[in-house]
Amino acid sequence: MSKDNQLLEDLTSKEYEHGWSVNYEADEAPAGLNEGIIRWISSKKEEPQWLLEWRLKAFATWQSMAEPSWANVNYPKIDLQALKYYSAPKQSKKPKNLNEVDPELIAIYERLGISLNEQKRLQGIAVDAVLDSVSVATTFKDTLSKLGIIFCSFSEAVKEHPELIKKYLGSVVPIQDNYYAALNSAVFSDGSFCYIPKGVRCPMELSTYFRINAANTGQFERTLIVAEESSYVSYLEGCTAPQRDENQLHAAVVEIYAAAHAEVKYSTVQNWFPGDKEGKGGIYNFVTKRGICAGDYSKISWTQVETGSAVTWKYPSCILKGDHSVGEFYSVAVTNNYQQADTGTKMIHIGKNTKSRIVSKGISAGKSQNSYRGQVQVMKRAQHAINFSQCDSLLMGNACGAHTFPYIDIANPTAKVEHEATTSKIGEDQIFYCNQRGIATEDAVALIVNGYAKEVLNQLPMEFAVEAQKLLALTLEGSVG
Amino acid sequence: MSIKTKQELVQGLFTASPSNFIALREQGKEIFLSQGLPSQKSEEYRFTPIAKKLEQAITRFFPASPLSLSKEQVQNALLDGFEGDVLVFSNGYYHPEFSNQIEGMEVSILSEKPNTPIGSIAKPEKDPFLSLNQATFSDGIFISIPSKFICKKPILLLNFHQELDGQVISPRIWIEVGDFSEVTFVEQGCSLGSSPYFVNKVIEIQGGVQSQISYHRIQHEGNQVIEVSQLETDIQRGAQFTSFYLSLSGDLIRNNLSLHLKGSNSVGNMYGISLLQGKSLVDHHTYVDHKEPHAESNELYKGIFGDYSRGVFNGKILVRKDAQKTNAFQQNNNVLLSEDALINTKPQLEIWADDVKCSHGCTVGQLDEEALFYLQARGIEKTTARGLLLFAFIAEVVDKIQIESLQKYIITLIQERLGSKFRT
Repeated sequence: MSKDNQLLEDLTSKEYEHGWSVNYEADEAPAGLNEGIIRWISSKKEEPQWLLEWRLKAFATWQSMAEPSWANVNYPKIDLQALKYYSAPKQSKKPKNLNEVDPELIAIYERLGISLNEQKRLQGIAVDAVLDSVSVATTFKDTLSKLGIIFCSFSEAVKEHPELIKKYLGSVVPIQDNYYAALNSAVFSDGSFCYIPKGVRCPMELSTYFRINAANTGQFERTLIVAEESSYVSYLEGCTAPQRDENQLHAAVVEIYAAAHAEVKYSTVQNWFPGDKEGKGGIYNFVTKRGICAGDYSKISWTQVETGSAVTWKYPSCILKGDHSVGEFYSVAVTNNYQQADTGTKMIHIGKNTKSRIVSKGISAGKSQNSYRGQVQVMKRAQHAINFSQCDSLLMGNACGAHTFPYIDIANPTAKVEHEATTSKIGEDQIFYCNQRGIATEDAVALIVNGYAKEVLNQLPMEFAVEAQKLLALTLEGSVG
Repeated sequence: MSIKTKQELVQGLFTASPSNFIALREQGKEIFLSQGLPSQKSEEYRFTPIAKKLEQAITRFFPASPLSLSKEQVQNALLDGFEGDVLVFSNGYYHPEFSNQIEGMEVSILSEKPNTPIGSIAKPEKDPFLSLNQATFSDGIFISIPSKFICKKPILLLNFHQELDGQVISPRIWIEVGDFSEVTFVEQGCSLGSSPYFVNKVIEIQGGVQSQISYHRIQHEGNQVIEVSQLETDIQRGAQFTSFYLSLSGDLIRNNLSLHLKGSNSVGNMYGISLLQGKSLVDHHTYVDHKEPHAESNELYKGIFGDYSRGVFNGKILVRKDAQKTNAFQQNNNVLLSEDALINTKPQLEIWADDVKCSHGCTVGQLDEEALFYLQARGIEKTTARGLLLFAFIAEVVDKIQIESLQKYIITLIQERLGSKFRT
């Protein structure tokens, strides 16, 4: 028992690794949210008139909406008027290539372990680095453009490929979708845009690294991925933030569009600052992520490792519209101390012979609350839809909670839907079994947790799997080898 | 919901409710008025449009009066081969003249027992139909089983219902079971007409230490019934509660089944079968509250849905902080037979203790074509083969019924249903 306590002690005492912040000169919008601010952001980014109008429409819609309260999370009301909606590091002129990017900014990413220096990289991963409200650098642009792949910051895409943005922006997550999506649509600052042309298999992983640095700001980025017919892309997203006493809001929107035979794999390792041991500070992570399998035989796969944020509230979803399309969702959500997570997915089967698979693994420790909330909906015309869902929860310590809220709505008799969920702690018999075979308790716990999350970690691209495993180890230090 | 329904319910029912239990009724009324009828926006009634249904089908809300029954009617309504004691009710009123005297047990009309702690288990704040019943219940009975009393024969609660211009039937039953006692209830409704009526029923059961209580409910009154039926049970240390629901028909049926495991080592079992056709909607909401350590709950619900029928299942398991070493299992399996049938299911776990084993499983599917072919290839006609397979699907639940005569009767009911009208 004392060893168990020791383990828990270790586990709860771990500090956040990326808690530092850097002082740099920044361009900031004044605090507050009104039409003026939206116009200010829009003009700052030299946006065309249609986008400004779109933002204003979103703002008007947002004003008519109420903050949702159905999620199983508790947090003090966020004063949206006290936030700053734009913060960008000051750069004298727009850098033309990586060499012109302020070395100080590059250093920030170096310190996070993200090399923006193309030559130094071992693996071919193109990175779009987003700091506070703007994208500071995008690597491997030239290599990609030779294949016709567009990978750039959102603001750049608005200027250079307005027809694509106009066509797809808001097509998967419409303005009126929910409170935070509407807010994001009104004030989004930057993000990544990715377009894979017909028949192209993206040769490297594309990645966005989000970093909040400034205090009192919210980060509202928007990612749009368009995969044309028979294309393939694997996309990674990582995030960290400095350790601050006050809570910061992160309300992003990710939209994925997959045409016929296209495949998009989206992986997230979310490591926003989770707040300290007393639950002070941390990021509120309210994200809307949705993909549409618009064409036949298309596939969207979400993989997420959620270790950070004080409050997480996100449901990466798939609309399976094309016949034979496939949606997948793999998730490991770890909560510790006072963290709260309400996460899961929605699989909406519209096309015939559509398939979806959900694997969700929750681990709660300390005084945290971890909820899985998911929906599997099979529409009337979705003949022969198949779904398999599994959501397991692991409890460590006696003050945490694990909850599941799966909704299963089936309107077609040919559907095959299976859902199973379990909640347990690491069994004494399991530990005993390992002990008997000469494995020390600590190693046994490591073995069991590792095995528990393996199904999801296996889905991650190699480079991310390493980071994710490291993160799991850090968040639950002492229990993962 | 529209204001109209709420107002009419208030006027019709409240003005004509009996003049006993005044304080209780006032409390219920006040709470109901603040709650109102649930709209489909309410999470608990998302898939069950009860307010809309009431507005359409029930023209005049007025409390139903007792019926005059005949001996033959009672005799005909009894299940074949049933051995046990019978308590007869009509429109919620108790008929001692047709009921058996059960030795060693107290059965009284509720109004003769003004000190009954009505609402102490079924708290009116929980659900608008609970508060509505508390405010307007017609009458009911009070059953008290002393401690160390083993009631060998099952007790049949036989309810006769007849509509009269869209009436509302609001029965209320209080059952207390003493320590170490054993009792089995079977409840069945019998409709004497064919136009719609609304039953808003509440049963409260208090189970003592080490008591063994089982409750069976057969719902096959016909497709005109709109019913909200609530069974709230508290059991103490070492006690066991088992429920079984067979739902075969109904316009809209909502069963709220709540079990509070208030003592350690208590066990709760909840079983249910829905076999629906036509436009029936049956909504099972179950709730198990694990308050103390070392308790166990098992839940198994299966449904077969044909035609335009709808099934709703919402199973919630709450394991409180102190309820360590809890084992809680829940399973819900469904078969959809027709393109227009619909199932909404939501198993839900809320766990606040760490040393527990909880699981839920839920499936929606259809008959295995290969199994069907296998049987057909062996000369079994398609309808029979399908009936066989469907029966095999729910047999697991039927096996849980302990009373032989009741099990036989239920098997006959199921076979009748499976042999005939289910279409592919």
